[in-house]
Amino acid sequence: MNSRFELSFILNGHEITRTVPTDARLLDVLRYDCRCTGTKEGCGEGECGACAVLLDGLPVNSCLVPAFQAAGCRVETVESVAPEFAAKLNATGTSQCGACTPGIVITALWLADHPEVLRQISLREFMSGNLCRCTGYDGVIEGVASVVSEKK
Amino acid sequence: MPIGSDIPRIDGMEKLQGTAQYVDDLQIEGLWHGATIRSPAARGKITGIHFDPSINWDEFVVVDHRDIPGPNEVIFIEKEEPALAALEVRHRHEPVLLIAHPSISALRRARQAIRVDIDPLPAVFDPRQPLTPQTIQYGDDNVFKRIDIRKGDPQAAFENAAHIIEGEYETGSQEHIYIETQGMVAHREDGQLVIRGSMQCPFYVLKSLEHFFGRPPEAFRVIQTPIGGGFGGKEDYPSILAIHAALLAEKAGAPVKIVYDRTEDMAATTKRHPSWVRHRTAVDADGRLLAMEIDVLLDGGAYVTLSPVVLSRAVIHAAGPYDCEHIHIHGEVRLTNTPPNGAFRGFGAPQTQFATERHMDVIAAELGIDPVELRRRNLLRTGQTTATEQVMRDKVNLPALMDRGLELADYAQRQRQFARDNTEHPYLRRGIGFATFYHGAGFTGSGETVLASEVWVEGLPDGRFMVLTANTDMGQGTITILTQIAAEALGVNEQEVIIATPDTSRVPNSGPTVASRTAMVVGRLIERACGDLADRAEVKGAGGAALQQAIRDWHSGNPDQRLLGKAKHQSPKGLKWNEDTYRGDAYAAFAWATYVATVEVDLRTYGVRVTDFVALQEVGKVIHPTLARGQIAGGVVQAIGWALTEEVVMKEGAMANNQMTNYIIPASGDLPPIRVYFEEQPSQFGPGGAKGIGELPMDGPAPAIINAVCDALGAQINTIPLTPERLMTILDGTNNER
Repeated sequence: MNSRFELSFILNGHEITRTVPTDARLLDVLRYDCRCTGTKEGCGEGECGACAVLLDGLPVNSCLVPAFQAAGCRVETVESVAPEFAAKLNATGTSQCGACTPGIVITALWLADHPEVLRQISLREFMSGNLCRCTGYDGVIEGVASVVSEKK
Repeated sequence: MPIGSDIPRIDGMEKLQGTAQYVDDLQIEGLWHGATIRSPAARGKITGIHFDPSINWDEFVVVDHRDIPGPNEVIFIEKEEPALAALEVRHRHEPVLLIAHPSISALRRARQAIRVDIDPLPAVFDPRQPLTPQTIQYGDDNVFKRIDIRKGDPQAAFENAAHIIEGEYETGSQEHIYIETQGMVAHREDGQLVIRGSMQCPFYVLKSLEHFFGRPPEAFRVIQTPIGGGFGGKEDYPSILAIHAALLAEKAGAPVKIVYDRTEDMAATTKRHPSWVRHRTAVDADGRLLAMEIDVLLDGGAYVTLSPVVLSRAVIHAAGPYDCEHIHIHGEVRLTNTPPNGAFRGFGAPQTQFATERHMDVIAAELGIDPVELRRRNLLRTGQTTATEQVMRDKVNLPALMDRGLELADYAQRQRQFARDNTEHPYLRRGIGFATFYHGAGFTGSGETVLASEVWVEGLPDGRFMVLTANTDMGQGTITILTQIAAEALGVNEQEVIIATPDTSRVPNSGPTVASRTAMVVGRLIERACGDLADRAEVKGAGGAALQQAIRDWHSGNPDQRLLGKAKHQSPKGLKWNEDTYRGDAYAAFAWATYVATVEVDLRTYGVRVTDFVALQEVGKVIHPTLARGQIAGGVVQAIGWALTEEVVMKEGAMANNQMTNYIIPASGDLPPIRVYFEEQPSQFGPGGAKGIGELPMDGPAPAIINAVCDALGAQINTIPLTPERLMTILDGTNNER
């Protein structure tokens, strides 16, 4: 498939339009066409969560989202995170190498707005969609717990 | 005081905000993308390479071995690994061709359109299999390296022993799964070939480029970009990738980036050496270790790479932290026609200590002795010697460390409770197990002397400081701890210290970021360089504001000059190592640990779950509590994966499950909190007394967990990974595992 199409969506609050390959993934559009390289590719098959973004407010693995599915949608990436939010995560050792970090930040952002989810599922279960190889997860869990309870 | 304080991780914010620029994030004008065409067969002669004519190959740059200007050799310990296969291949996925194109989608289509034909030769897939003349590919017996460690006279001790206990232990390969895959960019700039990428050791890459292209170091500039995880997987492989990117960039006359996708990275790059370890141990009636015979076999894969040093660390740690007068350890690492195995956190010690700590429990079971008592009677005391006859000088009381670890885990009480629970529950079996172990920091023996590391600390014109080393932050926190160490030595706040990016044109060679050496060895050099800086600013012994003022004054008097404090590695006095006999002081310092694992086995699913984990270690000095806990917890979890779920399935000499969907690393929901505790007995060798800790946590969890599973089931299990399938086979008795 060699053809391209014009894709318009709202990226971190700004309307943008790019001409992208028909078979592009949302991840590719963000990283290469929008130069928003904060979102990372870890596995390309929706297992690791490093590519997580918010699509119309829902966390999705952007490596599994065909770009055309994002047309007209709101997309929020790690670049939109407030420094204070990031600083709270930094304090507990949430990030070591940083490769999984953007995906974790996105999940944490969503969870901070939907803390009621934790009545049904433990924080550890919920964070299982974000794989990390460095931290052993304790720094991540403490960090995410600190931003979620804060918002409550 | 900076050392010991929990300052915010210095590179944390850029990682949390997504602004850190990893190699695949770099915006480069005129960039081409590169890819590797690899051997489809495990061994054979290349008979032809076919390019599908439907692709316009004129648009592509194609590089094969004929484009190589000098020796087709990637230099590690030996020079036998080619950068591109010429006539023969020795493993599946061996690089044969490189292609590049400005469009990544054109590149991806082209990758599918090249066929490499191989006339197969007989291949070796198991290092234990008998050889034929046709399968010998290295030396006269496919053995990359042999090492023997001898202490005392084991033969005599075996003859008089009350009991002789044997055991065989097996550990599987492991894939690093750094979340950022391997990547490298090469381009020409200002007369130099500039390489940027994800690498643990910029000077290793530089040395391999010098050798390969036959040019002096000034012809290159190697710059480390932020590393999204290493674990040893980016210690040696980047040299190959840098050469590939450089070849393409030179032929294309354009910048070339090669980034592996996950499936290629998993299938083609280095992994942990699989091991087979046999123990034969003579003990007296009380369980005192009289003699140990240990046979260690590692699978090195197709080329030598780092196998000799992995074997070295494996055999040195093989007898465990125990007092035994008569020891013979024999180790071999052999060739197989699989992608070469390489560095992976622990570097041989996790493999042999899995065997040792399982074997101690096996000995205890056979003698009817409590495994805790068995350790107590044998753990090294200050003044006793290791297998290489290194005197244990640390004042650590290892039995007391063990007792504290067991106490923290409520070992005795839980074990009794589980014994009761297990008779009642229909399908859950609970158990608790532990391991006592150690890990040497820094390069073995004279390795640090050979490295001859050098560090600079610069006094900048504004009175701030820059620390220049080759050591990289791959997540473990190098940037932060070196800042703390320098700030403490200089008597200033951490904000006054900047860490230079490891760039071979800017920093001295302070050695690779491996072997748990950064905090202790490089940190100590930084302390000394800070002292040298004060000397050169003519304020000997000064620090703080006085030193900063002296530096500003110096710059006023010496415009446009640099003020560099320097320090070069000095071999610690009193340490002696004999590389031929493998006797003496193997490492300047050891960290010591007791880990306790509590598990739950579900007999319906054969799944093993770790429900509690205590990690207690004596590390000299904790430089940064959060980073140190992060290292231990991360290493423990990586080892839990190695023990229970991470199976490298090999088919026809390569990894068949090379995806994150079917190679399973632990997720947060699989794990309990890892309870980390430190003790500190300051070592004379490291800043603030610090010893190395990066690899230590890889050595203990697997045997602790399997010991716990054995406790839960009343079985003896000696192989990892203990996947549900493997446990089912063992318990169903279709496998004759002891």
